[in-house]
Amino acid sequence: MSTDDIAIRNALSSVPRPPRPGAFNAAMAFGWRGMLKIKHVPEQLLDVTITPVMFLLMFTYLFGGAIAGSTGEYLDYVLPGLLVMSVVFTTVYSGVSLNTDLTKGAVDRFRTLPIWRPAPLVGALLGDAVRYVIAGTVIMTLGVILGFRPGSWPGMFAALALTVVFSFGVSWLFTTLGLLLRSPSAVMNAGFMFIFPLTFLSNAFVEPETLPSVLEAFVNVNPISIMTDAARGLMAGDAVGSDVAISLAVAAGLTAVFMPLTSHLYRTRG
Amino acid sequence: MTTNLAIEASSLVKTFGDLRAVDGVDLAVPRGSVYGVLGPNGAGKTTTIRMLATLLTPDGGSAHVLGHDVVKEADAVRGVVSLTGQMASVDEDLTGRENLILLGRLYGFKGKAAKARADELLGAFGLDDAATRLTKNYSGGMRRRLDIAASLVVTPELLFLDEPTTGLDPRSRNQVWDIVRALRAAGTTILLCTQYLDEADQLADGIAVIDRGKVIAEGTPGQLKASVGNATLQVRLLNPEQRPQAEQILARELGAVHLEPDPSALSVQSPDADKGAEAVVALSRAGISVAAFTLGQPSLDEVFLALTGHTAETQEEEEVKA
Ligand SMILES: Nc1ncnc2c1ncn2[C@@H]1O[C@H](COP(=O)(O)OP(=O)(O)O)[C@@H](O)[C@H]1O
Ligand SMILES: [Mg+2]
Repeated sequence: MSTDDIAIRNALSSVPRPPRPGAFNAAMAFGWRGMLKIKHVPEQLLDVTITPVMFLLMFTYLFGGAIAGSTGEYLDYVLPGLLVMSVVFTTVYSGVSLNTDLTKGAVDRFRTLPIWRPAPLVGALLGDAVRYVIAGTVIMTLGVILGFRPGSWPGMFAALALTVVFSFGVSWLFTTLGLLLRSPSAVMNAGFMFIFPLTFLSNAFVEPETLPSVLEAFVNVNPISIMTDAARGLMAGDAVGSDVAISLAVAAGLTAVFMPLTSHLYRTRG
Repeated sequence: MTTNLAIEASSLVKTFGDLRAVDGVDLAVPRGSVYGVLGPNGAGKTTTIRMLATLLTPDGGSAHVLGHDVVKEADAVRGVVSLTGQMASVDEDLTGRENLILLGRLYGFKGKAAKARADELLGAFGLDDAATRLTKNYSGGMRRRLDIAASLVVTPELLFLDEPTTGLDPRSRNQVWDIVRALRAAGTTILLCTQYLDEADQLADGIAVIDRGKVIAEGTPGQLKASVGNATLQVRLLNPEQRPQAEQILARELGAVHLEPDPSALSVQSPDADKGAEAVVALSRAGISVAAFTLGQPSLDEVFLALTGHTAETQEEEEVKA
């Protein structure tokens, strides 16, 4: 018998099997995996930082004068909207990266582990939440550099926190999509086809009163508008409780419906 | 439920559209054995393994793994098996060590214990030096070893190994074979899918030959070979002009001789190895210079040919220089 043989046999019998991990620990392990991926492939953060920066500069300097008369005034209006938009856009990447993951063999192993079923997904989204925070922080920092001054600094961080929670809920939509569609680019296209109009038909960039009445009606019930109102209110220091509550409820609702669905699809996808 | 079978599958079926990828497979795998599922590409091996490992739901039939129904008690099955899939089941964006720590945590080891377990496995599988490198930069053999190590973070009662040596160089292949032997010696049951006949021959206690979704033969490597019967003696002469003479001698010793396209080569069926060896000796006694000869044990490839009418791979021969 070779020394390898002995080493392997020793390694096999060396430790007793620990009890299965709880739901929280399993999810955190996958969250750690997400962090490691960011550490080893930091390029993936470019997506979530460059786009928001581009949007912020473009909206402020290109459209600002036309829409609001002055770039400074428009920045005050649009920054909370851009915060919401940037982070919500980032959720599409959660679906894309899940789909990419599925093409790799590692997922097969995860699916044969006796762990809390949604753990790989919840963990991945917790890891993604770090990206959301980064995207949001980039927007807010650049906004402040360009002259944005919140009415309430703690409110500004509360707005970021609420946006991240809201986006966590939205991201379940895209993980579902990520499991239904065959390729990462299909997920990307379908995701943006959905999120782009939803974001632009909101009050993120224009006052709803300036729109035709049919559009205005839609804009006013669009959850992105309500989330944007909540973010504006928090940053200004005069948040409307119902906006915050509805935003949280939307996140909870999406999670309640689409987390089990995603989880089921993850387990059953051949 | 007590049974000495690790896997008991009856009439397993999986269809993809019109294709019956697995078409009524029965398996009975004794505990503690290495069981080979042998078949060419597309035979349905991976699909079978995926059903047994709870990754795919069967469209028909049933299967029990270590006494648990793979559909109704999928979670119990997951608790006692490990899978080393055909696609390397390691995370390419993580280092080898991180892969093992992640799995350690997912099996319930806490921080320090997960790290210790990872380091222990890295050492046992000769991956110490590569521990902190991203696995996407690993060689095929290292990746396979890490993959198998990852399946052993907690000792499984049953290990699924899907084509563990496909694409590996001979040295890495031998390392994987040694690992399989060590696991078997430690009492782990292994279901080994392979398209390599010599691999099943080397490692498996029992073999199911599968083709187009069906088990077409079953038995020990010895039984399967016996079912085909004769070995083949192939001889190449130094001097083609001696072929007629050689043909005469071989025909006398063994029977009908087949003349190969190569003008210096001939082959003949031999009922056993001894008779074949005697025939070669008879050639050299008669002053015929033999350049090379092979005395093929009836290979599993011949088994496959006999069973299906087509080969699974080109036969590997061990040339004996004369
Ligand atoms: N998810 C799938 N969708 C459609 N066809 C599939 C799928 N998986 C496997 N097949 C087909 O089923 C057959 C058996 O495949 P597989 O089990 O992978 O064979 P093997 O592992 O023996 O090479 C092949 O013809 C393959 O193309
Ligand atoms: Mg296969």
